[in-house]
Amino acid sequence: MKRKGTFLSRLFMALVFVFLYAPIALLIIFSFNAGSSNTVWKGFSLDWYGKLFHNRLIMQSVYTTLLVSLLATVIATVAGTFAAIGFYAMRRRVRQPLMTVNNIPMMNADIVTGVSLCLFFVAVFNGWHGFAVWFNQAQRLFILEENLHLGFGTLLIAHIGFNIPYVILSVGPKLRQMDKNLVDAAQDLGCTWMQAFRKVILPEIMPGIVSGALTAFTMSIDDFVISYFTAGSSASTLAMTIYGMTKKRVSPQINAISTLLFLTVLILLAIVNLREARQERLSARRAG
Amino acid sequence: MKHKLSRFAIPYVVWMALFVVAPILLVVVYAFSSANGGFTLANFARMRTYTVVFTRSFKLAIIATAVCLLIGYPVSYMMSREGERFQRVAMVLIMLPMWMNFLLRTYSWMSILENNGLLNQFFQHIGLISLYNQIAARFAADPAAYVPITHFQMIGTPGAVVLGMVYNYLPFMILPIYSVIIKLDASLIEAARDLGASTVQVFRRVILPLSLPGVLSGITMVFVPSVSTFAISKMLGGGTEMLLGDLIEQQFLGGAYNPQLGAAISLVMMVIVVVCMVVMNRFGEGEEQAVML
Repeated sequence: MKRKGTFLSRLFMALVFVFLYAPIALLIIFSFNAGSSNTVWKGFSLDWYGKLFHNRLIMQSVYTTLLVSLLATVIATVAGTFAAIGFYAMRRRVRQPLMTVNNIPMMNADIVTGVSLCLFFVAVFNGWHGFAVWFNQAQRLFILEENLHLGFGTLLIAHIGFNIPYVILSVGPKLRQMDKNLVDAAQDLGCTWMQAFRKVILPEIMPGIVSGALTAFTMSIDDFVISYFTAGSSASTLAMTIYGMTKKRVSPQINAISTLLFLTVLILLAIVNLREARQERLSARRAG
Repeated sequence: MKHKLSRFAIPYVVWMALFVVAPILLVVVYAFSSANGGFTLANFARMRTYTVVFTRSFKLAIIATAVCLLIGYPVSYMMSREGERFQRVAMVLIMLPMWMNFLLRTYSWMSILENNGLLNQFFQHIGLISLYNQIAARFAADPAAYVPITHFQMIGTPGAVVLGMVYNYLPFMILPIYSVIIKLDASLIEAARDLGASTVQVFRRVILPLSLPGVLSGITMVFVPSVSTFAISKMLGGGTEMLLGDLIEQQFLGGAYNPQLGAAISLVMMVIVVVCMVVMNRFGEGEEQAVML
């Protein structure tokens, strides 16, 4: 009776995974297609991979995507960790409303976040324009740029903004799990608060920081809507390039670059997971 | 010591004021402004012309959320009953598709659902389309005038849009439910069993009520992006299925440039999110982690 249950449940889970991965598998398969169709198989070839590396538009947007995701992840991880520690140290009455504001970008619809940031940046740029014109007329020493536009900078700010809450949310619980006396003990034993932070708090919350960074990077890579509203016309992520293409025809070069990115991630995750598993096994053996 | 550390949050509080609160206030201001800057409620009145879009968005998003729940809850529950190794791999497998940008995954569905796409080719191959034609011709009012179909129309239908939503947002349903179920106190379940509850009773009386916070956050996390999407409806709905997201996008970057109206619709969307958050807070006190992936 019980075995039948697990067989059926495994079958159900397998079907769900097939559903999740079938489109991805198709994308990968058709990146090796000799023809330019995504539905008719014309034989194996690596042509699209070759063409891909000569396609300025795609390579540029891949570069933008990776750069903005990596920068946003690093900055958001550092800033989010500090913010989480700050929140942790606050009184509940102060923390509660701040956490609510912190949750807004996560809960809000992407399109609303994107639109609000877009309006905000444009308003700030207009204000800046007025100031810069006045400033440049008033003196001749520094010439300020008068016209600012949406671009890589605004894109990066937007990504950092929606990444930080995820970091805080994965670091926060780790802080709460930490023994409160540890920090006091470290200070009693002569640590400065910086040392206490580095030697006591940081190692304790490291798993939270790592998973927060991973989530942040995932969100950055997966994002389209917020980038679409904040990048303007001068910067384009891979998703935006693809969206521009879907109106006409998407080149199989897109399949090729997706396959490459996907395989990179797959290999990285496999290495990380195998390593973790091995370490766990080692420590389990030592303990046993 | 503890309160000294709270200074660490100051930069982020400033950041939130600038890049979270100020933009939202700006949306509110825009929503109540006319094109030349005065106060008006006309933007909200104009929304009445788009009732069809509102109803369609809600209908499709509710269906997609329900389907996600029907698939996501059993999957989360089954996953939590497997071995640790299995769970770890399954979690990675659920997160992994997100590394391929959601636009790409949706684009892949386009080539599956197209009129001469892979699914229709498959149906053709197994003879489903000719079988359908035979049956339909027999039951047609005038069999002689029956025009046989060459494909099933899938792309450009509401069903395709729902499929795209379910496909893209299913992980957002599974992850919060799973993370709540996995943290359930095993002794509670044991106690229920010791007191004579059957497996079904244990599930209905113990596991289900306790996993409600996860369910609610899953529902929010699927419903909100579904009701506000614009790329999925454009790609799989073929432009015939305009949703709220499309409406907003058009007011800012599309042809019908009207940021005030766009802001007003965005404000409505924010109210929906706030309602969801309030409901969630009422049920899942302190369940912040459940929102987390």
